[in-house]
Amino acid sequence: MDLAEDMYREELLDHYRRPQNHGKIGNADINYRDFNPVCGDEIEIFAKVKNDAISEIKFAGKGCAISQAAASILTEHLKGKKLAEAKKISNEEMLSMLPIKVSNLRIKCGLLALKAVQKGMLIYEGAKQTKQISRTDD
Amino acid sequence: MNRNDFPILKRKVHGKDLVYFDNAATTQKPRQVIEAIKKYYEEYNSNVHRAVHQLSAEATEAYDKAHEKAAEFINAEFEEIIFTKNTTESINIVANSFLSKLKPGDEIVLTQMEHHSNIVPWQQAAKKTGARIKYIEIDEKGELKLQQLRKTITDKTKIVAVTHVSNVLGTINPIKKICRIAHEKGATVLVDAAQSVPHMPVDVKELDCDFLAFSAHKMLGPTGIGVLYGKKDILGQMEPMMFGGDMIKEVTFETASWNELPWKFEAGTPNMAGAAGLAAAIDYLKSIGMDKIRQHDYELTKYATEKLQSMEGIEIYGPSPEKKGSVISFNLKNVHPHDVSSILDSEGIAVRGGHHCAMPLMKLLGIQGSVRASFYLYNTKEEIDLFAKALEKARKIMND
Repeated sequence: MDLAEDMYREELLDHYRRPQNHGKIGNADINYRDFNPVCGDEIEIFAKVKNDAISEIKFAGKGCAISQAAASILTEHLKGKKLAEAKKISNEEMLSMLPIKVSNLRIKCGLLALKAVQKGMLIYEGAKQTKQISRTDD
Repeated sequence: MNRNDFPILKRKVHGKDLVYFDNAATTQKPRQVIEAIKKYYEEYNSNVHRAVHQLSAEATEAYDKAHEKAAEFINAEFEEIIFTKNTTESINIVANSFLSKLKPGDEIVLTQMEHHSNIVPWQQAAKKTGARIKYIEIDEKGELKLQQLRKTITDKTKIVAVTHVSNVLGTINPIKKICRIAHEKGATVLVDAAQSVPHMPVDVKELDCDFLAFSAHKMLGPTGIGVLYGKKDILGQMEPMMFGGDMIKEVTFETASWNELPWKFEAGTPNMAGAAGLAAAIDYLKSIGMDKIRQHDYELTKYATEKLQSMEGIEIYGPSPEKKGSVISFNLKNVHPHDVSSILDSEGIAVRGGHHCAMPLMKLLGIQGSVRASFYLYNTKEEIDLFAKALEKARKIMND
């Protein structure tokens, strides 16, 4: 297999052409849009949270095959996961979920969805904490 | 064109011969340039304009000579050539000088095809002064709507900042005409010549622009050195942006007076090795001839355009080859530019995929980005054949 074919294996391209969980969720608990300013890849994450776990998750966005396939793969992986678990996913774990070895130049594409999810979770938890604090103040 | 002069062209990328088509980003260096820099460090490295020892005299002579060569290259005077870091810094120096000249109600005129470096400095100037930015629009072929010139450039216009050749579309803009109209209204004109000076004869007197900016690294020279040309009388009255050594005539504890042109704009120890490299690059370009380079670039662009047009599902942005520089921006249907670039890279072909530092223009074209192939004097038709073959491969992998 040559380099290009190795990079764009069917398993990756299947996720790109027919992504899982593509779409939007109204009234999402977690919602964050992130993009790579250099290449313009864009991912917006929507998720519902129930009992500290991700009960529903979708993504919208535009971009290269790697960024979009990674979002498809990650959202599949996150369904039903506890937030605490989702928070712990490292960059290495994310890249190892992809069916290809991502070259250094494309790592950012592979990590965009994870970045969006984790930033969205931070905001969600921050907002929850503020609510709790204001409740104790009452 | 002697490809043997360029050591890097001999290297392999992913086991394939390198095909370098990212010349609008930066160009490769001939050994003459590399050797000039080496010679500087090995034989006469010393600080300029200061000491009386032999090395300093040689360094000063070479540094001044580089100014002379740059001046001659664009038909300017020695005093009108300021060495900067790059085109971006050159534009920032001019934008900064307008902070004291602009007031609320004044207008800055740009075009919709500017590089970020010729938008952001003016946005900042507008924010700080209350001046307003207006854009000359482009039509569907990627050319400026010239009928808008007289409407957009008005008595309120203080500065018109425009690219000579678009780094995305390749469009060559009618600078002479823009200068004429701007000058009728009393406005100053800055030309971003980063993509023109390396590729075609440029004569500042003929264009009649007030400022012109370009970078050495896009014309076979080293990184870290660029040029700001300014008309002598304007530079004479303009305040420097940077202050320090070499730019002063006399300093007391209380105040200082400025050195003569062009040194008043070159504060601190300059890029002397870079200047030696730039001088060598200019010599190299002149030995071939800018007319010949323009012709070579045009033939490659025409050949590549015809190749791409004969393929299915390729959309090319920008005007036809005779109206543009050696830049082709395009997209392969249903394939993201980064995926195209990655697959081309796996074949040893270097192109750019993305927004090319022109996000507003991309938005206007309704695309996220494009693939850009840009050619220079060492590129060949055989390389374009390899490029077309690799594109077919990209289509096959991504669309099958």
